[in-house]
Amino acid sequence: MENQEKIKLGWFSFSCCEDSTIMMTEIMNDHWQDWKRIFDFRHVKVLKSHNIMDEFDVAFVEGAIAGPDQEEKVKEIRSKTKYLVAVGACAVVGLPAGQRNTFTEAQNAEIDFLITRFGALPKVLKVSDVVKVDVELPGCPMNTEMFLKAVDTLIKTLRPNS
Amino acid sequence: MHKVDLSMEHITKIEGDAALSIHAEDGKVTEVKFGITEYKRFFTEAMKGKPIAAIPSHLARICGTCSNAHIMAAIEACENALDIQPTKQTEILRSLTMHGLIVRDHALHLYLFCMPDIFGKDAFLDFDENDEVQHQMLHDGFDIKAAGNYLATLIAGRSVHAMYPVIGGFLHFPSKEGVDEAIAKLESIRPAALRLIKVFQDAPDHFDWKSNYMALIADEGFGYLNGKIRTSKGEEYPESEYRAHLEHTVVPYSTASAYKYKGESYMVGSLARLNIAKDNLHPKTKESAKEALALFPSTDVFLNNLAQAIEILHSIDESLDLLKNNTFVPEPIIKKPAREAVGVGVVEAPRGTLYHKVVLGADGIIREGEVIVPTGQNQINIEEGIGKLVEKLLAEGMTEDKIPMEIEKLIRAFDPCMSCGAHFLKVSWI
Repeated sequence: MENQEKIKLGWFSFSCCEDSTIMMTEIMNDHWQDWKRIFDFRHVKVLKSHNIMDEFDVAFVEGAIAGPDQEEKVKEIRSKTKYLVAVGACAVVGLPAGQRNTFTEAQNAEIDFLITRFGALPKVLKVSDVVKVDVELPGCPMNTEMFLKAVDTLIKTLRPNS
Repeated sequence: MHKVDLSMEHITKIEGDAALSIHAEDGKVTEVKFGITEYKRFFTEAMKGKPIAAIPSHLARICGTCSNAHIMAAIEACENALDIQPTKQTEILRSLTMHGLIVRDHALHLYLFCMPDIFGKDAFLDFDENDEVQHQMLHDGFDIKAAGNYLATLIAGRSVHAMYPVIGGFLHFPSKEGVDEAIAKLESIRPAALRLIKVFQDAPDHFDWKSNYMALIADEGFGYLNGKIRTSKGEEYPESEYRAHLEHTVVPYSTASAYKYKGESYMVGSLARLNIAKDNLHPKTKESAKEALALFPSTDVFLNNLAQAIEILHSIDESLDLLKNNTFVPEPIIKKPAREAVGVGVVEAPRGTLYHKVVLGADGIIREGEVIVPTGQNQINIEEGIGKLVEKLLAEGMTEDKIPMEIEKLIRAFDPCMSCGAHFLKVSWI
């Protein structure tokens, strides 16, 4: 990819256990040399300190949307990326991060003060409830083969001559 | 009066997301708030009403990277509640699950999070492949992680949210070919683990922070799953007293700003384990890492990184013994009827002692539960340590713009896990 610009990549985590982040770092064990050549890891907090929030070719979004600040942030990501990929069950279906959505009245009574204190949304949302999602990679954690296939397809789409 | 207000919205290269604010006046730190920026997901509340069989995989979802440790703690708590004694083979497979976790999780922390600080880089992937040492480290880092990942996948099904370990045994058993490949991979990364130890033995950062230390340590060996809870003051609590220890010394402080033990802060994790029980390490580890081990016990927080590197070597040596000296055969899952009982599970997760408690009804449904994570126990230590570090740096005349980088290095040395901590750190100040 010497003659082409690297693919600008963002990886963002919202309300979740970050299992797909860990899977990504494990998949990297076998692919880091290719990825180092192809990707500009522009905003990946698990990998680096100097993260840049300007524009992305692909933004991977992990986790459910649990607060108004996360709603704003995921909208900002959407506005700055060509493709948005929701990774993992919490991003794709909102669970298990959103398990409080189905709590009983008694359970809600125990947690209501925390929802108020943290200014959380009344209901936890999946990513597609807030923004348009181009690709969904479900699973808890995300499926490795599906992730690699999606990455491959995105590279072919974004850099057809590479 | 000279005031310093530092605010760091996102600490990078740690597990999860954390924020920090510090206030200092005339060189004295008056306030440190190390806390969460994540929303609670209410895992302990959600335990209520679930069947006991669902608990280990439910609690695994607290945290991706620590998930297999949560599974082990939850299984132990549930088996105690059900009065199930696992078989010898199950115990070996669980030990191997933990060793796989220790190898891959410590390697992630040391290579991807900490090593860029030592080499003056922003990211591990920024290491220069044309530089001999950096090239070696890049390959070592991903090779060690891959071997740990392979071991975890072979034994437990996955290195994150493992599917094979369940209450009463395992659902799948490793093949001979898989075991042989794991042996080959572990043997091939042993020299890399020795190089890693040397890097952190020679690392430039040091910060002495005298604390108490606590860990779950066996009478013999160093296996992360069994033993007595021991403190650096020489106290010990056997397995039969876990519940009393939890309820009478650890939990009462949970309504305070964070966990304390008998009114004092304490540290858990690799440094605590080596400070208390370095003599229990594998004989080959002790032989190969003799020089590094001579630095323990230590109150230098940065030696937590060196302790992790030594634990990687130990887990390689232990795993090689367990894989070479055992054959694995299918075994049925041990099942027992539900009963009204309380079960406590304690394991040494990569970042320190992890407690799970379940209260079970005779109908097999969980009434309530409790989870105490390592980062929750280390919270006071982290805040006090940051305060002391900032005072030291201000006294040395360091300018404010350089201080955040030094704070981040210290925080990484503690190796907090905010995915776990987000749900269990005490946040009364918010």
